Amino acid sequence: MADAASLLLRARSVTRRFGGLTAVSDVSLDLAEGEIHAVIGTNGAGKSTLINVLSGEIGTTSGTVELLGNDVTKRSQPARAHLGLGRSYQRTTIFPRFTVFENCRLTAQATRQRPWNWWTAAATCKASTAMAREALDRTGLTAIADRTAGLLSHGEKRQLEIAMCIATRPRVLLLDEPLAGMGAEETERMLGLLSGLKAGHAILLVEHDMDAVFRVSDRITVMVNGTVIASDVPVAVRADPEVQLAYLGEANG
Amino acid sequence: MTPAINARRLALPILVVGLLLIFPLATTGFYLEFTSKVMILAIFALSLELLVGATGLVSLGHAAFYGIAAYATVLLSPKYGAASVWWVLPAAIACSALYAFCVGALALRTKGVYFIMVTLAFAQMAYYVFHDTKLGGGTDGIYLNFKPEVVLYGARIVDLGKPVAFYYVVLACLVLVFMFLAVLLESRFGRVLAGIRSNEQRMRAAGFATFPYKWAAFTLAGALAGLAGFLVAVKDGFVNPEMLSWHESGAVLLMLILGGMGRLSGAVLGAFAFALLQLFFQWEVVFGSFAKHWPLMLGGTIILCVAFMPNGLIGLPGQWRAWRARKAAGAARG
Repeated sequence: MADAASLLLRARSVTRRFGGLTAVSDVSLDLAEGEIHAVIGTNGAGKSTLINVLSGEIGTTSGTVELLGNDVTKRSQPARAHLGLGRSYQRTTIFPRFTVFENCRLTAQATRQRPWNWWTAAATCKASTAMAREALDRTGLTAIADRTAGLLSHGEKRQLEIAMCIATRPRVLLLDEPLAGMGAEETERMLGLLSGLKAGHAILLVEHDMDAVFRVSDRITVMVNGTVIASDVPVAVRADPEVQLAYLGEANG
Repeated sequence: MTPAINARRLALPILVVGLLLIFPLATTGFYLEFTSKVMILAIFALSLELLVGATGLVSLGHAAFYGIAAYATVLLSPKYGAASVWWVLPAAIACSALYAFCVGALALRTKGVYFIMVTLAFAQMAYYVFHDTKLGGGTDGIYLNFKPEVVLYGARIVDLGKPVAFYYVVLACLVLVFMFLAVLLESRFGRVLAGIRSNEQRMRAAGFATFPYKWAAFTLAGALAGLAGFLVAVKDGFVNPEMLSWHESGAVLLMLILGGMGRLSGAVLGAFAFALLQLFFQWEVVFGSFAKHWPLMLGGTIILCVAFMPNGLIGLPGQWRAWRARKAAGAARG
């Protein structure tokens, strides 16, 4: 179990209702530095809503979210991003008409915006270009930095999305199905990338690919109908009878 | 950016400015005044391009800012003497910027079609203030009796009443606004606007509070429209409520559509194309008595342009290259 200092994100009894529907119900979750924490569950289990609540994209109905020791429950998404939270989306959200490099440079610019300086070209901004280069380097996209983002392959776009996330140098990464729609080879590359990002980051991974989840995760939380039914190390989750019944199916039993 | 690309991108604007610089040597009277008016419209179109093309905010109330500055210019000038341009110009622009600041604070909380309707509503509000109250002479409008003076160290350096002098002042304003926007759009601020246009959600996730950026862009666009409004008030010496009408807002949007959005030169090209088409269809020598139905022909032409030039006039070379490439590929296959 990780000590308190390395806990970068703590969610306590987070609940989110949409009218009569409780999408996320009383979820508590810790993300520790150096760990990949996977959240699994069937469609409609509330995984994406959980990411949206944690990232501040939508508000909480009750409960608290703590980011690096700050209570951010009432803070906006951009404010949380400034404190060190980055997220990716289930549907690829890149800037398709910009180059790969400019995609990363622009997100990196969020850390030091200086909007009043209208006379200096953004391309000469040393801070953001350095951060973008580093992010491309870490994700292995340096070779295609000058390509137009919209023309990349699906796998490359997903990689770019991760690169855009880490370009802002976050401490916590919330990744919504980074492996969706990827081939075997691309999946391997992405899993290698995620393992490499563990150092220095706390990673929340929402994913449907069970083989991948059990391979790379340090902890797994299982959600059903908005509630957490199990949260433990992979071996224990796999052995949990309730999880087998509710989610993994009898074939895994 | 490599210098070669830079030079190619600058070639067309430099050529156009060169032609506009020598134009007064070749003509006087109507065509000179007409070109002054079109250059003012180009400034107006550029100000809207900052919203529509650069930020992705489609406003249908931009004429309000144009008209408010024009009214401010007249109302702030003394009745029996000339105002100094050094205070009436900033004051007129400030009036437009202030109104844009207030409208933006509310309108920017909506998106898409709602944003279009809210900006239209605020423009109509301003329109009816001038249309139905005695403030600016009601529907009759109001005259500017004395054009503002440009005095520096006690000497009148430019006489805005002289068409040629005024022409060069407008040209200088157009070039300055164009250059200002070109630099601005390449800056960090401009790149954020481009990001908002492409995917605002992603920008917020990266850590940009997008509202202040959009608000600043909206206010700045209002201020630049105010500059155009000031110039048109000085040029005509007369303003009326129609300057703020939604027809005017629609016309400037059509200029952008005609010229091509997303490129500053598209806005300038669109303003010229729109004004020239209007002039052409009003030409009785060609169209006889049908010329009085010019809006019909102009509307039809714009529909054809939208159908056949999705990227506007500025996108034609690209469209031509794409067509050539497709034809070459087809020939290679065939």
